[in-house]
Amino acid sequence: MSAFADRPDRFKGYRGAALEVLERFQVGVWSQVRVVSTRGRFEGLILPRQESADASHVVLKMITGYNVGVEVSGITEMVEVGYREAHYKIPEQDFPYAEGKPNVTLLGTGGTIASRLDYRTGAVIPAFSPGELYGSVPELADTCNLTTKKLYGVFSENIGPDHWIGLAKAIGEEIERGVDGIVIGHGTDTMAHTAAVLSFMVQDSPVPIVLVGSQRSSDRPSSDAALNLIHATKTAGTSDMAEVMVCMFGPTSDQYGLLHRGTRVRKMHSSYRSTFRTVSDIPLAMVDRHLVTPLREDYKRRRTDKNVTIDAVFDDRVSIVYYYPSMKPDVIDSLIQAGYRGIVIAGTGLGHVNKGLYPALQRAKEAGVHVFMTVQTLWGHVQMNVYETGRDMQALGVIPGANLLPEVAFAKLGWVLAHTDDPDEVRRMMLTPIAGEITEREPFDGYMILQGGLPEVEEFNLKHMF
Amino acid sequence: MRPEDYARLGLRSGLEVHQQLNTERKLFCRCPAHVYTNAYHAEVLRHMRPTLSELGEYDGTALMEFKTRKNIIYRIHRSNVCTYELDDAPPFEMNDQALEYAVEISLSLGLSIVGEVHVARKQYLDGSIPTGFQRTAIIGVNGEVPYKGRKIGIQQLSIEEDSCREVSDVGHLRIYNTSRLSVPLIEIVTLPDMRTPTEVAEVAHALRKVTRGTGRARKGIGAARQDVNVSVTGGTRIEIKGVHRIPLIPRLVHYEALRQKALLDIRDRLAAQGRTLDGFAPRVVDLSALAGPVSFSPIQQGMARGGVLHGVVLPGFSEALNTLVGPDRPFAQELADQVRVVACLDKLPNLIHHPSPSPELATATWTRLRTAASAGQDDALVLVWGPAMDVETAAGEIIDRARQAFRGVPQETRQARSNGTTGFERVLPGAERMYPDTDLPPIVIPAARADAAAARIPPPAWEQERRFAAEGMKPHQSEALVMEGRYPVVAEALQVQGVSGAMVAEVLLERSRQARRAGVDLTTLGHEDWLELLGRLGDGRLAREAVPELLPRLASAPAGGRTELLDAAGPPALTMIKAAVAEALRERPRSADPEARRLFWMGRAMHRLRHRAPGRQVAEIIQDRLIAVEEA
Repeated sequence: MSAFADRPDRFKGYRGAALEVLERFQVGVWSQVRVVSTRGRFEGLILPRQESADASHVVLKMITGYNVGVEVSGITEMVEVGYREAHYKIPEQDFPYAEGKPNVTLLGTGGTIASRLDYRTGAVIPAFSPGELYGSVPELADTCNLTTKKLYGVFSENIGPDHWIGLAKAIGEEIERGVDGIVIGHGTDTMAHTAAVLSFMVQDSPVPIVLVGSQRSSDRPSSDAALNLIHATKTAGTSDMAEVMVCMFGPTSDQYGLLHRGTRVRKMHSSYRSTFRTVSDIPLAMVDRHLVTPLREDYKRRRTDKNVTIDAVFDDRVSIVYYYPSMKPDVIDSLIQAGYRGIVIAGTGLGHVNKGLYPALQRAKEAGVHVFMTVQTLWGHVQMNVYETGRDMQALGVIPGANLLPEVAFAKLGWVLAHTDDPDEVRRMMLTPIAGEITEREPFDGYMILQGGLPEVEEFNLKHMF
Repeated sequence: MRPEDYARLGLRSGLEVHQQLNTERKLFCRCPAHVYTNAYHAEVLRHMRPTLSELGEYDGTALMEFKTRKNIIYRIHRSNVCTYELDDAPPFEMNDQALEYAVEISLSLGLSIVGEVHVARKQYLDGSIPTGFQRTAIIGVNGEVPYKGRKIGIQQLSIEEDSCREVSDVGHLRIYNTSRLSVPLIEIVTLPDMRTPTEVAEVAHALRKVTRGTGRARKGIGAARQDVNVSVTGGTRIEIKGVHRIPLIPRLVHYEALRQKALLDIRDRLAAQGRTLDGFAPRVVDLSALAGPVSFSPIQQGMARGGVLHGVVLPGFSEALNTLVGPDRPFAQELADQVRVVACLDKLPNLIHHPSPSPELATATWTRLRTAASAGQDDALVLVWGPAMDVETAAGEIIDRARQAFRGVPQETRQARSNGTTGFERVLPGAERMYPDTDLPPIVIPAARADAAAARIPPPAWEQERRFAAEGMKPHQSEALVMEGRYPVVAEALQVQGVSGAMVAEVLLERSRQARRAGVDLTTLGHEDWLELLGRLGDGRLAREAVPELLPRLASAPAGGRTELLDAAGPPALTMIKAAVAEALRERPRSADPEARRLFWMGRAMHRLRHRAPGRQVAEIIQDRLIAVEEA
């Protein structure tokens, strides 16, 4: 047993009264202790404390594996009877290389494809090296030779323009290196945003670029992470779809994934596995462990050249305004005053806001702020000629954004404004589709939200895995 | 076997008692807790993968379950399952009613209540919970219950979510019903303090009384089940899972003790023959080419479906495989069990072996196969057949189980069979399968909350029984009232002048049972209703004889109308009773026997009084009148 004072981090996470008690009894993290307290007797291994937790409990791991918190003010005795430091390690094995298998690079941004727990925060820490991944998802080696590059270690909500630019450049380098496909591990919250931005920054890729993540973290036996990763590497390595795509669960069942075009996809449920949906269109393909099955023909094909266009620029002075009844003009004015160059409005219905905003829209036009209209219904086109309101707003410089999804319009406007500030050029670039962000035709089945409870839907549910 | 025989074996046994709580909702979502149905609106398919524990270790069970490659189907019904149970939404905060009940039961067992409840995830890769883990948390530790003059130690009480009920498990497909998934459950773990099979059953019963005596436990089918842990000297702790019936426990413990002894004997025999684990060199031989002329229909059927036939040579196991480890269970059966569970070869027989006292194949066939597999004199040859991937897994399991024979008793959990024997279920999970739930913060139980619960709970079951007995109740009545969790009503009613133990038992047990049997729902009657009823019996405002007829009407009456019903059911005035008796006496009984005649008049009079008058009073009046007539 090492001298108590020499143990590193021996009070990890403890403060206040709890820290005092540990110091008083000369015990610390990883001490096996017997505790006598006014609430009774307890025995276990002292664990590090989450930093956000209170200062009045000590956490013990008992022999059964359970953790309990013991209230410190009642502790009258605490004796160390052993010391056992935990070493957490994901089994790491060399990722096998096989001649003839496609070479795939996995770029990491901080998602939780494979992970471990952090004691102090309770957070899940990603494991990422090919060896670690192979240790937890050995099936990956059946599909491809995997290389990994950790670009960032951030949660998806903290991803921003700098990360997008870095990602686009990294993609360019990988294509230059001659990889057969690229997978990007990404948190799901902003995966669709990143997919949209990359669709503009990386044009004419010769290989698939697949964003993947998980809705249930990989520290859980039921996680969707492994299957998503298998689907994504399958797609990146073998499919002939050379586009920026999102690859996530189709149904909530462990059955198949869907490939969604990066500019038409959206996260539609806060927690479901099958959260990603193609909006106003049908997905590109289905993918399972064995096969990628295209659902349509109009995708860009894989090529053997390396002629990709990397155009990694972004002006972050762009905002989305989600309209609500009675919105005051000061919402728009504050953006103008703060120096924003572009505003995407998510309007009601076909693309409307109340008359009260008109003066502010006029001021935006005068200030040279580019304003685009999208719809908060998400499905369907903006149509600002049907009602007078729409025509009035166009006169005030608001440009109908066709069927750009609000987040996609935001992504594109930020990218466009990094190229030009000329109103006509901005309008032209915004309304000229680059990667399917605007579609001319909306298929009838591009809008399918089946309502549970209907007899025909009940019947469908019984026939197919949900 | 006598207690000293078990003592010689070194039998030690402990219990894990699982009991559903009678809460309105489930533990981590707002679904109703006790809505059970076999119907379903949809099915969800999942697979389970092992993950690492907090201390960075893979759990053995997890790896075993992964090898089984099961497709797991959950049947879901809108009435009792939401996105949480399907693992498509994070948990809501823990059901506070359930936590409260768990604290109360912990206190009844004399446990120390933890300061902070930490929800853990306990991995279950059999698919019985869609998340792949059970959310569970310790509420109390270190308690004890009295048992025949000694103390049985209680290690801990945890609160946890119940798992799915298995509908079927065939080949690589397992189907679950999700009705009871996430229903609040407590698990009480005893120390291995029991020394004979009978003791284990008695303690199980005592613990069930404690939980039921709190009035917080759910009654009915499937509401309680226990795991029984058994070990003998030199053996290991074996967990027998999911025993629903306590009367089955003694036989399970007995057979398990003998099984462990038999396995230890096999180990010692191998050692005596100079066999060691290091020197053990089993082989797997593909015998598919020789399967053609083998006349054994299970093998032929397996081959016809495109399967393979493998032989596993276990050097030195010719005798061991035939050694009995249970009634009619040779050791080879243990291998077959493991193959069935892990390799999903569940069409039985799934393996045959040679030599065997009852060989399935002709001697010549065995000889040919043994020669092909180069099996020596003392070697056992095990044949296993079926789909190639499963047979590969199976061969591995056979070898694995044979290796374990050198160590004695492998750590595993076993399923109870109705005849008291058990079968392999899975490798015994360790503490490695526990890790903290990152979705839920710890819950503080302030001292004041624990103290308030302690002040509120009824006395422990044994104390309740003592008090009921002191009031003149018979032992079976006391026990029944404890099991029904009726202490609060009984204790309060007995405070009322005139209310006797017999009276309480009659109303709460016999009369209630009669009413329920007649289809009356008595759950509409609350604590106050019962007290009012018993109070009126005590002070004579109601006759005991009036209860059977009154109870159904009381139960179906709206709460506001019950007093009126009770008033109307009260005994008639003395003049009314006398008038009724006089009228009854005008009727002529057929019998000449005086006792029969008295009973006849008694019946007629009670009928006229609609049973509202106390029987004893009516009998006395009849007696007086008869004497008066005689005297006249």
